Amino acid sequence: MLDRPALLDVEGLRVRFSPKVEAIRGVSLRVERGQTHCVVGESGCGKSVSALAVMGLLARGAKRSAGHMRFDGQDILNLSERELQKLRGDRMAMIFQEPMTSLNPAYTVGSQMAEVLVRHRRVGKQQGLDRAAELLAKVGITAPGMRLAQYPHQLSGGLRQRVMIAMALMCDPELLIADEPTTALDVTVQAQILRLLRDLQQELGLAILLITHDLGVVARIAHKVSVMYAGEVVESASATDLFASPRHPYTRGLLACVPVPGTIKRGEPLGSIPGTVPRIADGFVGCGFRDRCAYAMPACAIGVPQRDDGAGHRHLCHLQ
Amino acid sequence: MLKFLLRRGLLAVLVLLTVLTVSFALTRLSGDVAVSMAGAQATQEDVDIIRKAYGLDRPLTVQFFSWVAGVATGDLGRSYLHHAPVGGLIRARLPITLTLGATGLVIALCLALPLGILAAMNEGRVLDRAIMMVAVVGQAMPSFWLGLVLVIWLGVKWQLLPISGVDTWHGYILPGFVLAFSAVPALMRLTRGGMVDALASDYVRTARAKGLTRLTVVMKHALRNAAMPVVAVAAVQLGFMLGGSIVIESVFALNGVGYLAWESIAKNDFPVVQAVVLFLATIYIVLTLVADLFNAALDPRLRIG
Repeated sequence: MLDRPALLDVEGLRVRFSPKVEAIRGVSLRVERGQTHCVVGESGCGKSVSALAVMGLLARGAKRSAGHMRFDGQDILNLSERELQKLRGDRMAMIFQEPMTSLNPAYTVGSQMAEVLVRHRRVGKQQGLDRAAELLAKVGITAPGMRLAQYPHQLSGGLRQRVMIAMALMCDPELLIADEPTTALDVTVQAQILRLLRDLQQELGLAILLITHDLGVVARIAHKVSVMYAGEVVESASATDLFASPRHPYTRGLLACVPVPGTIKRGEPLGSIPGTVPRIADGFVGCGFRDRCAYAMPACAIGVPQRDDGAGHRHLCHLQ
Repeated sequence: MLKFLLRRGLLAVLVLLTVLTVSFALTRLSGDVAVSMAGAQATQEDVDIIRKAYGLDRPLTVQFFSWVAGVATGDLGRSYLHHAPVGGLIRARLPITLTLGATGLVIALCLALPLGILAAMNEGRVLDRAIMMVAVVGQAMPSFWLGLVLVIWLGVKWQLLPISGVDTWHGYILPGFVLAFSAVPALMRLTRGGMVDALASDYVRTARAKGLTRLTVVMKHALRNAAMPVVAVAAVQLGFMLGGSIVIESVFALNGVGYLAWESIAKNDFPVVQAVVLFLATIYIVLTLVADLFNAALDPRLRIG
């Protein structure tokens, strides 16, 4: 495995929105080929910002820095916007949380999809449309020919997310970044979309970086998991390892919030984590979770050690 | 779509009827027409003769309905001054006014769209502020004053462009520019506002995530959505320009519909005044209708229902 580098290798990513606020404080992620890597955490912990930073899609005014950021061994941190454009939509694609607004209301589904192939493969529009029809069928949309001529407002949320997924696959990307792709959808549709992503991954050997706040989603689809809290990855491990032996108090807290049939007793409250995510101002040192942590000790305000069990399970805590 | 058309059409007819009434009423409210036509030295006898000759001795309701009946059959009345049918007078001068309006609109769009897009792409930066500042100055500058300044500098001092008449197409440049100037700030702000929203939208983020070039993202994905309100306002601005050409045509001595209106107001040629008001209002209403249709063509969501 060591002879080939990870598909996406991010080390020490930092994102700053204003001189005073650092949203991402040294995030490291490794996404292996053909695997699903889930990033979990509450709203505002920096999951989406990390994903956008990888794609180079941060809003103007956001400053990004990192130890290194490589895609298939190639540095993507210092790429020019033009070079990055060639990569985006071709070898790495992204889908978003809001299927209702993520498609352009003024163009047909077909023209928006075909555009990707025309841009990256220099083919004619008709070839783009053929490929689009093929992919719409692949993501389980019936009558693809008819859908191509439709406008986004004529489709339901679930259908639009399928269109987004199909559009992301136009150029056979190696990496798909999915930012909360099921959050805005009905529960039944959520399950369908997740199954679709899992099937596509197995069929196409796609690597997926999936951002979610839903541990249920993680359990169903993830190979690896990174738990984020206040702009940091506090724990990362394989999915089985993480669910079996969570190490960071925050991860344990998250898992305690999920009702597991058979283990909870009637009348007993579900777990919850007291407090809210703190605002991390500049000059903040120590553990960002310490104010909400039941195990906090004086040392937590000074610094936090990075612990590694040698088998790929890492976490950020004084506790073993 | 048909329902949409019918509803807008009905509304347009109602507005037209209102204009018909108001334009009739206003000319009657501005004093005794017969007295002012007869002139200062006229005797009571002269005034009575004029009143009878032009049917001004009839009750107002009768005058009104004969005006409405005339309009309905395409007869807009006769001018006292030119001794000719008003319809013919307007028709003869229309090409000049329409050319002037079209020139103004084209110049306005050529200035407003690029500036608005540039401002939006540089939102909050120096370029954006500079452009918006120019917009404020432009909005505050009266068009007759700008017209005179341009006439003095470009026309008289440097003799670059003709200052009156339209013997060649060059004659349209100065008045067209002055006319455009009043429309630019509104169109530019609208373009900028629409583009700022569009550039921050989820679908533009998607377009960027697809790896499209900056040019495609801005001109295809953002502008198409930002253009919808601009089209609507541009049509209304064209209406303003055709009406506003009253001032410009007299500054630049262009013998168009605006000049006709100005002359008729000054000389109290009320059949022409009421006909021109009605005519300009009709153009305005039609343009608004056209803008709605244009929007429906640009925004697929408006086509249903």
